Amino acid sequence: MDCYTANWNPLGDSAFYRKYELYSMDWDLKEELRDCLVAAAPYGGPIALLRNPWRKEKAASVRPVLDIYSASGMPLASLLWKSGPVVSLGWSAEEELLCVQEDGAVLVYGLHGDFRRHFSMGNEVLQNRVLDARIFHTEFGSGVAILTGAHRFTLSANVGDLKLRRMPEVPGLQSAPSCWTALCQDRVAHILLAVGPDLYLLDHAACSAVTPPGLAPGVSSFLQMAVSFTYRHLALFTDTGYIWMGTASLKEKLCEFNCNIRAPPKQMVWCSRPRSKERAVVVAWERRLMVVGDASESIQFVLDEDSYLVPELDGVRIFSRSTHEFLHEVPAASEEIFKIASMAPGALLLEAQKEYEKESQKADEYLREIQELGQLTQAVQQCIEAAGHEHQPDMQKSLLRAASFGKCFLDRFPPNSFVHMCQDLRVLNAVRDYHIGIPLTYSQYKQLTIQVLLDRLVLRRLYPLAIQICEYLRLPEVQGVSRILAHWACYKVQQKDVSDEDVARAINQKLGDTPGVSYSDIAARAYGCGRTELAIKLLEYEPRSGEQVPLLLKMKRSKLALSKAIESGDTDLVFTVLLHLKNELNRGDFFMTLRNQPMALSLYRQFCKHQELETLKDLYNQDDNHQELGSFHIRASYAAEERIEGRVAALQTAADAFYKAKNEFAAKATEDQMRLLRLQRRLEDELGGQFLDLSLHDTVTTLILGGHNKRAEQLARDFRVPDKRLWWLKLTALADLEDWEELEKFSKSKKSPIGYLPFVEICMKQHNKYEAKKYASRVGPEQKVKALLLVGDVAQAADVAIEHRNEAELSLVLSHCTGATDGATADKIQRARAQAQKK
Amino acid sequence: MTSPIPLPPPHGWMLPPLIFKPASNATSTSLESIWNQPPPKLPGKKDLFIEADLMSPLDRIANVSILKQHEVDKLYKVENKPALSSSEQLCFLVRPRIKNMRYIASLVNADKLAGRTRKYKVIFSPQKFYACEMVLEEEGIYGDVSCDEWAFSLLPLDVDLLSMELPEFFRDYFLEGDQRWINTVAQALHLLSTLYGPFPNCYGIGRCAKMAYELWRNLEEEEDGETKGRRPEIGHIFLLDRDVDFVTALCSQVVYEGLVDDTFRIKCGSVDFGPEVTSSDKSLKVLLNAEDKVFNEIRNEHFSNVFGFLSQKARNLQAQYDRRRGMDIKQMKNFVSQELKGLKQEHRLLSLHIGACESIMKKKTKQDFQELIKTEHALLEGFNIRESTSYIEEHIDQQVSPIESLRLMCLLSITENGLIPKDYRSLKTQYLQSYGPEHLLTFSNLRRAGLLTEQAPGDTLTAVESKVSKLVTDKAAGKITDAFSSLAKRSNFRAISKKLNLIPRVDGEYDLKVPRDMAYVFSGAYVPLSCRIIEQVLERRSWQGLDEVVRLLNCSDFAFTDMTKEDKASSESLRLILVVFLGGCTFSEISALRFLGREKGYRFIFLTTAVTNSARLMEAMSEVKA
Repeated sequence: MDCYTANWNPLGDSAFYRKYELYSMDWDLKEELRDCLVAAAPYGGPIALLRNPWRKEKAASVRPVLDIYSASGMPLASLLWKSGPVVSLGWSAEEELLCVQEDGAVLVYGLHGDFRRHFSMGNEVLQNRVLDARIFHTEFGSGVAILTGAHRFTLSANVGDLKLRRMPEVPGLQSAPSCWTALCQDRVAHILLAVGPDLYLLDHAACSAVTPPGLAPGVSSFLQMAVSFTYRHLALFTDTGYIWMGTASLKEKLCEFNCNIRAPPKQMVWCSRPRSKERAVVVAWERRLMVVGDASESIQFVLDEDSYLVPELDGVRIFSRSTHEFLHEVPAASEEIFKIASMAPGALLLEAQKEYEKESQKADEYLREIQELGQLTQAVQQCIEAAGHEHQPDMQKSLLRAASFGKCFLDRFPPNSFVHMCQDLRVLNAVRDYHIGIPLTYSQYKQLTIQVLLDRLVLRRLYPLAIQICEYLRLPEVQGVSRILAHWACYKVQQKDVSDEDVARAINQKLGDTPGVSYSDIAARAYGCGRTELAIKLLEYEPRSGEQVPLLLKMKRSKLALSKAIESGDTDLVFTVLLHLKNELNRGDFFMTLRNQPMALSLYRQFCKHQELETLKDLYNQDDNHQELGSFHIRASYAAEERIEGRVAALQTAADAFYKAKNEFAAKATEDQMRLLRLQRRLEDELGGQFLDLSLHDTVTTLILGGHNKRAEQLARDFRVPDKRLWWLKLTALADLEDWEELEKFSKSKKSPIGYLPFVEICMKQHNKYEAKKYASRVGPEQKVKALLLVGDVAQAADVAIEHRNEAELSLVLSHCTGATDGATADKIQRARAQAQKK
Repeated sequence: MTSPIPLPPPHGWMLPPLIFKPASNATSTSLESIWNQPPPKLPGKKDLFIEADLMSPLDRIANVSILKQHEVDKLYKVENKPALSSSEQLCFLVRPRIKNMRYIASLVNADKLAGRTRKYKVIFSPQKFYACEMVLEEEGIYGDVSCDEWAFSLLPLDVDLLSMELPEFFRDYFLEGDQRWINTVAQALHLLSTLYGPFPNCYGIGRCAKMAYELWRNLEEEEDGETKGRRPEIGHIFLLDRDVDFVTALCSQVVYEGLVDDTFRIKCGSVDFGPEVTSSDKSLKVLLNAEDKVFNEIRNEHFSNVFGFLSQKARNLQAQYDRRRGMDIKQMKNFVSQELKGLKQEHRLLSLHIGACESIMKKKTKQDFQELIKTEHALLEGFNIRESTSYIEEHIDQQVSPIESLRLMCLLSITENGLIPKDYRSLKTQYLQSYGPEHLLTFSNLRRAGLLTEQAPGDTLTAVESKVSKLVTDKAAGKITDAFSSLAKRSNFRAISKKLNLIPRVDGEYDLKVPRDMAYVFSGAYVPLSCRIIEQVLERRSWQGLDEVVRLLNCSDFAFTDMTKEDKASSESLRLILVVFLGGCTFSEISALRFLGREKGYRFIFLTTAVTNSARLMEAMSEVKA
């Protein structure tokens, strides 16, 4: 353990700093870092190098090369720079590389060197050129700030939602500021710049001079400034060799340090971490690295090589041609445990576990010591926490082993923290691997969240690892595996050298029916890459037609969309496609399409029926559907037309259509109706009253009721009303009129085709027994009994029934015999029955 | 020193989401919560316009006081008249139909012309259709109205009866070929499966049944996992298209509940009894379901038994009242506090149903009900066709009732595989003369729906066949029938009737008091085809052996069975069967299946697009002058 703290360097009394190697880089750089534009993304992100920048060699014959590496130096992309001179490089929050050109254009590249988009920092820049630029991160995203040749600043706080802000002018600014930086305070981006001995703060509205409190006198220029990762602190390096450290609001001073070096440092960055005891600034010169804090002494390192500093949430990464190191303040838990001669519970527990492994009884002593103080829980927690901050798996293991050992002696220690730490460390060790090259610390990982880490793995096309992590952490499929597979598929469709069939098959094999995967999204991506055929193939796998159809429409595969919509059974969807088609195709083609899709056709007909009657007619016409066309005109004759002439004309058209449809019956019926209409009109004119729209039957009835018997008979003849109907009709009408005389005359006009029972019935309905009896005698033998019963002549009915020897009739009469009055009749029937049975 | 608060995870570090998460419907655990789900809210005082079809369902769910709670001021019916509402807010509760959109548009545009601004809200039930929005847009009022949906799809009318209250389903699908409601059915099924777990055994027949079934399956797959692993509570589901069996629906109903529906029209499970029933001067709205104890005992009975039953009941009731005599004070107190109320209630119901019976009797005897039933039975059995035809002709000539006449014509057509050309023409002519020429359109509709057709020249064979069948023994006749029916194409009712033995052979009188089979719902003359199919399939647990029937029904491509190996289904659940009628079912069918359930130890639950009867079917097909 003595050697373990060998790389710990104390700063002041309270804090230690340590520097350890993350990777040894074998990126085989040809140039020195100092000859390149360098940008490294935070959170263990990628490194971009633009070699051979313009400022060095004016001869533009050699094109510069843009290289992108992982943090471990694995090449991710390399491309020849073909655009204009670049002033500055930087990574956005989405790990996109922003390249700010001299002409103010910002080119955006993906992690793999794929060009994404570009935007401009304003027209003004075109003339004045960009002198300097900074890419900074805010809670909204990533921002760009530029300094133009006219010494003006322009910034955009979020490149995702580009809004350029031109900052106010700095009064009397003649030359470029000696140093400047972008600051984010209260969700607003500011610019802090130093001109000679003065500091200015630019916000949207104004430029104000500011003075750092407690700055040592004699400063004539600020050489370097640094803002902390969280924008809370600011450090200034003066030409007097002083480093002033304070809050970014410039309201409070933390400390001051005189480093006695007047040469301008190459880089200066903050090195702190959440809840750190000591805040320090790391200053780098060509061959020297200095960690400065609130202490009289600084920590100094010698730099063997040209190095580059990357500020992180909880430390600083330092990489050079050969190594990549991490410098940070030793976290509290680690310090407690590993500090020489520490008696902290965690330290004792670690010791106890080691002794236990050696099978020494000392283990018990240590353990007892912790337990006596009642600090075992704390000890376990300390070990777990410290394990998170260790880089070496061996050390992680021994700390976790100690924690696990201590847990055995605790009754109710919640297992979550231990389990989660084990899981997190496994994930972290996996992504820290050389091949992956994301050297996240535990704090960074927690800040970043697992979802973002997964996204970053996806961005690096490390799909298998991402899936393994999801499965290991048992993330829900929708958030985890499915998401990643979907991204994989979207990447896959961009592989233009693979045939559509192969891509579609590969995707389906991998994805299958994974829940939450949207094939239509993938297809949309394929379409976006110009692979329509592939998109259609992929859509075949999409189970939800609702998702297929819009994309198909977008791809102008309307007919396919129509059949898909029909397959879905969702009429709404079909309708959407129909209206789309209607606008897209000419009328003829549209109708032809409909013709092959009966379901769509009937849907559209329904729509037309209410909304576009004329179109409906055209539809029928086009199909030569004369039957429906006829019906259409008939309907029109009732609904649309008011005037008789119009109605008759409509009916004529209908009749013609029916003839064409070979529906003679309908045609004849329609013609009859035309005749009837005309006639009714004439009747109305001549007789007054209401005739129009009555049925033939009702028309005749009305005439009879009105006493126009002649006319009625004429009409009946004209329209060949069958005798039976006419008799029924007349009978009912005359009875309604109670014109018994006429009725009798009518009954004798000839032999009734409907018999005489109806006469009896109708008279009885009008309660005219007298008249009824007249007809009862004329009723034929089969219905005689019924007629006699109707008029209430039970006795005679009985006689007839007996005469008929009809059992059914006998019982019918019997059921009509009531009590005393018909007693004799009843007896008679019973006797007749008995007799019949004897026989 | 204060420790810095770590930055929140920076926005934008995440990739855009690529994942589809289906918006999961709020799955409720009981049906009550579905139909208690209130319509969407619109704050403030308003007038409510309701489409006539939605009135009864709404009434079933929300009475006037609830509407008042929702600050509904006045209620209007959506009809083709200008509205006289003076409210500042108008709310429309309508079916998603173009006709309604135009009505709303006319209102809004009239307001616009008058320079009046009010708030309009359209609530579509059960869902909004794109076509409607299109029309609103075309009418230029899309921006003036706000739209909402009231996803009300299942109304439990009784303990075993769920209705979707979509009477228009029948016309829309079977006449217009409009499939818009099939999705709604699929969603209703999906809802049921989220409530009751998966259905291990599925059977169906009919094109629409198949479509609805497939759509429903898709829905289940999309929402994967929700029903998986759940214990099925309902063992079987049977989907059936109305056009598989029009015959049953066209017959006069003689079971009490059906008869009440035919006579008084049951709407949404309740009926309006007029003064002639209530024997007072007021109409009374009565809820008819299993909670009405008197009704529950007679609903499935043949009408001829009902009177006897009711009078017996009345005597019992009287006896219970009579127990009062000879009671001491304490017993009397008990009687009054515990039994009297129940007795009074029963008494009230009893007198209502007796009134209803009398009223039915009166109406039926007037129309010579016996004759009518006799004709129907003759049609079903296929004898005396000539006589029946002239009966129908007379019926038309006397202008008895346009709907009834139409029904008889259709029944004749279906049972006879279409009318012979001469009759087809003459009956139609007579009908047009009696009831008006606009019915030319009605006939065109009926023909399209296959309800009233003309025999194709080859089909006349059936006439020969029916003669032959009378001469030859039954067995031989069966064979001949098969041979003939393979030639015929359309409704093959006669052949199916033979195959499935729909006309029971009666030895002596059919005792309607002690029914032997489902035929009792039609006085023992006919076993409802739909119910027989269900019975047969359930018996076999598949369509196996019914190939010929399926072929005769013209449903070869649309009969399906889907059994999942479901070990989890308890024997209890396997006795539960959900029967889904697409296009409506009649109370007679329900009664018949209830009877079957009692006989075979099943329990049927019914889901129907609407409860229907012959008159409703005919009205749906009729064209009326606007």
